Amino acid sequence: MSDVARDGEALQGAELEARLHRTWSRAPGLWGWLTTVDHKDIGRRYIYTAMTLLILGGALAAAMRLQLATPESGLISAARYNQIFTMHGTTMMFLFAVPVMEAVAIYIIPLMVGTRNIAFPRLNAFSYWTYLFGALLLWVAFALNVGPDAGWFMYVPLSGPEFTPGKRTDIWAQMITFTEVAAIAVAVELIVTILKFRAPGMTIARMPLYVWSILVTSIMVVLSLPAVALASGMLLADRLIGTQFYNPFEHGDALLWQHLFWFFAHPEVYIIFLPAMGFVSQIVETFTQRPVFAYAALVLATVAIGLLSFGVWVHHMFATGLPRLGYDFYTAASMAVAVPSAIQIFCWIATMWLGRPRFAVPLLYVVAFIVTFVIGGLTGVMVASVPLDLQLHDSYFVVAHLHYVLIGGGVFPLLGALTYWFPKLTGRLLSEGLGKAAFWCVFLGFNAAFFPMHITGMLGMPRRVYTYPTGMGWDALNMMSSLMTGVIVIGGILFVTNVVLALRRPPDAGPNPWNAPGLEWAADSPPAPYNFEHIPVVSSHTPLWEEGPLNVMTGLRVDDREQVVTTAIEAQPDIRYPSPEPTLWPLLSAVALAALFIGSIFTPWAVVIGAVPLAVGFTVWFWPKNAPDGEPVIE
Amino acid sequence: MSAWLNGIQSATSGAGLHDQQFNGLFLLFLGITGFFYLIVIVALIAAIILRRRRTGSEPLARAALFGWVGAVVVGLAVLSAASFLVDRRVDAATMGRPPLKIELVANQWWWDVRYHGASPSDEVHTANELHLPVGVPALVTLKSNDVIHSFWVPPLAGKQDLVPGRTNDILLLPRRTGLFRGQCAEFCGTQHARMALDVTVESLPDFRRWQRAQRAPAFAPRTALAQGGYAYVTQRECANCHNITGTPASGRFGPDLTHLASRRSIGAGTYPMTRGHLYAWVADPQGAKPGNNMPYIGFEAQDLHAVVAYLQSLK
Ligand code: HEM
Ligand SMILES: [Cu+2]
Repeated sequence: MSDVARDGEALQGAELEARLHRTWSRAPGLWGWLTTVDHKDIGRRYIYTAMTLLILGGALAAAMRLQLATPESGLISAARYNQIFTMHGTTMMFLFAVPVMEAVAIYIIPLMVGTRNIAFPRLNAFSYWTYLFGALLLWVAFALNVGPDAGWFMYVPLSGPEFTPGKRTDIWAQMITFTEVAAIAVAVELIVTILKFRAPGMTIARMPLYVWSILVTSIMVVLSLPAVALASGMLLADRLIGTQFYNPFEHGDALLWQHLFWFFAHPEVYIIFLPAMGFVSQIVETFTQRPVFAYAALVLATVAIGLLSFGVWVHHMFATGLPRLGYDFYTAASMAVAVPSAIQIFCWIATMWLGRPRFAVPLLYVVAFIVTFVIGGLTGVMVASVPLDLQLHDSYFVVAHLHYVLIGGGVFPLLGALTYWFPKLTGRLLSEGLGKAAFWCVFLGFNAAFFPMHITGMLGMPRRVYTYPTGMGWDALNMMSSLMTGVIVIGGILFVTNVVLALRRPPDAGPNPWNAPGLEWAADSPPAPYNFEHIPVVSSHTPLWEEGPLNVMTGLRVDDREQVVTTAIEAQPDIRYPSPEPTLWPLLSAVALAALFIGSIFTPWAVVIGAVPLAVGFTVWFWPKNAPDGEPVIE
Repeated sequence: MSAWLNGIQSATSGAGLHDQQFNGLFLLFLGITGFFYLIVIVALIAAIILRRRRTGSEPLARAALFGWVGAVVVGLAVLSAASFLVDRRVDAATMGRPPLKIELVANQWWWDVRYHGASPSDEVHTANELHLPVGVPALVTLKSNDVIHSFWVPPLAGKQDLVPGRTNDILLLPRRTGLFRGQCAEFCGTQHARMALDVTVESLPDFRRWQRAQRAPAFAPRTALAQGGYAYVTQRECANCHNITGTPASGRFGPDLTHLASRRSIGAGTYPMTRGHLYAWVADPQGAKPGNNMPYIGFEAQDLHAVVAYLQSLK
């Protein structure tokens, strides 16, 4: 044992850093880029990819608004428009919103809980590649004019073999499989990271609120995504090998799809929204310079939303003709979600009142979030009522509602969080001036574009229409929505410009430019490959606001990628655990998996033949190494 | 403003029983949710303004949190109860009266409409158009021949889906006469946007007159041109898909044409019913409604004139 180097009294400062670098850095060049298992490399890539997809999805939205600016417009054909709105919804929900929330967590959570890497880092790399291939599959298909066109919700029987022959729907269903595999893998990593890799002393009651929201979200992912994976698998089987799960004329059922789909897709909204609530808590804390008011209430609200979100899916199906009594239950459950949300809103406003808020860009996004999201929540209360929903459902009112929730409740906090954590991602601060200009364009443009849609919907305009007749009272409102979309686009361009300009400056942010309290701000900006020289030891919610230097523990090996595993509740050090080395096998396995999935769009035999390379990939990847199992920590 | 909210497809028109209830309930929801929104915004502004005065007090905030949660719970309870009561009141108001029975079958992308009568000869068969007598409850049975569609005539009532393999129904109770318009509300494929339904609510005598006219077989062509059109329509492709009662044309695949020219629009709301638009539709059905299931025929000019003349005579 004595020949093993460990951090401690004898090994400190520059020499320690050099040795940790040697152990934790990735290989140089392309090889290192392909094989890396560092959560920061992968998190950053995940974020960039997801934001690129936001831009692509936004471009599709702009195209739709161009078409809808005037009645009877001939700019985009019916068939093309249907592809565009299908791609917009699919991209935004499956390829942007859920992945970006997991992406930020992949980057931030290990730093926030004070560890050196995410749990299962190779699985993490595998997940990124799988996600990337799924996104490419969908977008390459769209570019080749075989993109899906039956809506992001893919209702059967429209999406069945009889009404959409060809491969469009199969491509959609397989893309779902890719993203589900990726998302579930990440959720498992995050759950284990949060439960087992927290810094000593970070008891479960001292976890930052963002960590709580990611824990709840990840559990929701594990519980809800299998429903849609099953649903899309059955759809593929109906299409490819002639099963009749959904065919009403062969004893199948058309509503089965809707139950399975919404059992996933309603919680999905909260899978997007809860991490955003975590962003809001962290930003409010830092920019008011005090702990968030009523921590316990916020934690309970987060858990309550997670639970309630599984009881409301039928509110998407009030018009399908299910029994009345059932509807009442789902109305009540849907309305109940408003209670924990009201608690959250209260606590953030109270924190601003109790603290000393400084309105930097991230906090501006929080204010915009409150102003906007609450409208979305309240229109949500309206559509939870059966008599109101029967009118508002599938109209432009719902388009307004869902964007108030997703953009107001998801994208605004995300833009705030990216601004807030930008120094941690890149070592640079974004410009305050450009940031504010972008903020005002996005915030005002959004409200001016989407508020009128409430009225358009009340006046009877259904959604998912490629055109509308003139003289219905909808013309001016649609023109307004389209023009104001241009303002959102300008805001987006300003945001991107801000990022590009910042990346061209040398890093200068310093570890903690905002005087924030969380452990992630104890690491360098951007963090070294090993995150922390010594593992921090925590004794409060807000470790960096405590007097004196941060406590640390020592004794981890520096010649091996060693991490401390702690107990789930109390975060007592338990064992030392070697984190896996970089390797190419996750990438190769993801390639094999992609070949299998894409092949199976064309023939069921692809599953059989494709299983061989996949098995090889997994076997080599998981080949047992005779490394010692976790050793107990010697106090 | 009121003309605008009373639009022919507006949910705020209040022309049906459901819709009047909708308006009241919506205003209640708007009032209560608006009140809570106001509280949030005022609190937010106050917090921002007061931050310099350092008036914050944790115990006060704690007490306020309890007050706030209580208020929210009460507000939601009121709204849930109101929503439940309105829902049941609509049911009660329409129960027990002998309603007019209508069967609506949705197809990609048009509506097949049948009024059932005492005997088969009383039956009315039309398409893309409903006539309703004012003040008389109408029970509409909803079915689909292909994918899921949704019946939505906003001035009269909320939506109800037409699901293949199932039968749903909806009770309409029109409260005032007028011309209204509905539209399929569930995405149903390429021409989902062009799947409108014209609705005419009229007095009971007017309705009876309409019903009688619709029951009659098609008028025989009078002019030579129309006779040529009759020959073409009943002997060529048209008859494979369309029915014209009283003639050999008895197709089932497309909309019934027996009294086509009495309807308000062509192609489920694609064109208004005019001579010029009849030309446009027949000459090129794929023009304004690409992807629909009526094929391009390719007429000689004189056949086209004849066919349009005949169709125009189908009052
Ligand atoms: C610039 C911002 C955006 C604009 C202008 C925009 C515009 C639109 C429009 C016009 C539709 C209606 C499509 C139709 O009914 O034909 C739509 C649908 C939708 N949008 Fe967006 N959108 C934007 C951003 C987003 C974002 C950020 C998300 C998600 C995070 C999102 C998610 C959706 C979804 C799920 C639908 C429903 C698609 C459907 O009806 O099947 N959108 N959007
Ligand atoms: Cu339809």
